[in-house]
Amino acid sequence: MSRATRGGAAIVGVAESDLGTVAAGMSATDLMAQATRRALDDCGLALSDVDAVFAATGQARMASLSLCEYLGIAPRIQDATNVGGSSFMFHLAHAHAALEAKLCDVALVAYGSTQRSVGRQNLSVPEFNPYESPFRPVLPVTGYALAASRHMAEFGTTREQMAEVAVAARSWALMNPVAFETKPLTIAEVLASRMVSDPLTVRDCCLVTDGGGAVILTRADRARSLAKPPAFILGTGATSTHMQISAMPDLTVTGAKRSGEVAFAMAELSAADIDVAELYDAFTINTILFLEDLGFCPKGEGGRFVSGGAIAPGGRLPVNTNGGGLSYCHPGMYGIFLLIEAARQIRGECAERQIAGCEVALAHGNGGVLSSQATVILGSEATV
Amino acid sequence: MDKVTQSPLARYREHLEKGELAYQFDHSIGTAVFHPRVIAPGSGSPDLEWRVSAGLGTVYATTVNHPRDSAPYNVALIDLDEGFRMMSRVEEMEPKDVKIGMRVKLRVNGRGEGATEPLPVFVPVEASR
Repeated sequence: MSRATRGGAAIVGVAESDLGTVAAGMSATDLMAQATRRALDDCGLALSDVDAVFAATGQARMASLSLCEYLGIAPRIQDATNVGGSSFMFHLAHAHAALEAKLCDVALVAYGSTQRSVGRQNLSVPEFNPYESPFRPVLPVTGYALAASRHMAEFGTTREQMAEVAVAARSWALMNPVAFETKPLTIAEVLASRMVSDPLTVRDCCLVTDGGGAVILTRADRARSLAKPPAFILGTGATSTHMQISAMPDLTVTGAKRSGEVAFAMAELSAADIDVAELYDAFTINTILFLEDLGFCPKGEGGRFVSGGAIAPGGRLPVNTNGGGLSYCHPGMYGIFLLIEAARQIRGECAERQIAGCEVALAHGNGGVLSSQATVILGSEATV
Repeated sequence: MDKVTQSPLARYREHLEKGELAYQFDHSIGTAVFHPRVIAPGSGSPDLEWRVSAGLGTVYATTVNHPRDSAPYNVALIDLDEGFRMMSRVEEMEPKDVKIGMRVKLRVNGRGEGATEPLPVFVPVEASR
């Protein structure tokens, strides 16, 4: 397979399915299909154009098979890689390589989940791990709480600084008409909310919603002929450091360091060039860790970096402009929504929350308990 | 490599039944290995030596889980002096008082109680004297 090149492929269509609490009886695959229809409409391609399908969900063991059957297509390529919430960044990187190798011409990446409707407990039975499960970690939150404890001890990060992340996300969400949360949030409210896994309260934790999304990709030449401005793939990087939190080498340094370095090198850019950063905020500590590991601030400075509304609207760096997993939508594997928002920011479609002059957007996905990390850098025509 | 006659987990539990915390050592790269495996991570070596930990370690990370319907409890990651890390909990103190950097000592709970699996927990070094 040829090496994927900077700007060689682009996101041309994006869409969310219904979000929040969807109609009774809807399935994860229903939501994937709905998002697919909307994403095809977004770019003007037909279902018959799709010859590669990438899909993941927590509700289907063989997600690409489920989706291909549902759509009635037999694509040349399919891939159901499931590495948690970052799966869709992995899919995008695989699709990019497959497109450039001419193994396919139009790739669909899709996700759907009804975890709010069915209840998280009914999604799937947690894997029993004989070395961890007897100690009753509540996964994934316990893993992130352990990482937060370590960050606080090593760098003096405070609960107030983590709360800043939730408050900033809420401020952005108030400008997103489809965000789940619709009321303002204060630092004091975050601190006073119910403790789940110390130091993380329920407001430090992502939402539990239904929802799905779809992304359509094609090679750069064709992308330029479609309905909307392409969001070119400038760089991708993906890695993993562990599966279980007890096997994470250093709880204060994530694989985002590696995935970011690879993506930035391919994009020939650095953190200073990023106009908007969409960072997987399953928990407030995530945003702090990823800001550090992706090079937006030095290691240990993430808490101080986000203070004073720095990542909120009007701050020094726009982060999670859709309201994030904390306030917009989090159906369990949130990564695809980061790609959707990043592409929309590049296109200039985000209305009230649009970042003026956004040419380069970064979408960073996370999976498991900080286990898989994948960075995607998108750019406008001017950046290619 | 030869057929496995006893799984890594079975061997690990056999040690726990004796009150021992077992881990493995990879001589090819000189590192402790946990959880137990059939080949070593990184090197791929099948020659893993079983060793028994002295049971002394340091709290690396800690949290308190707060279930809606029951008492809060500690979950911690412990760095054993031999150079491996494991999930466990610290007992004999309030969960919220467990601190990173605290020295702790192994105690294997639940041995010889029929169906109960033996469980390697930790207690403060001071309290164990």
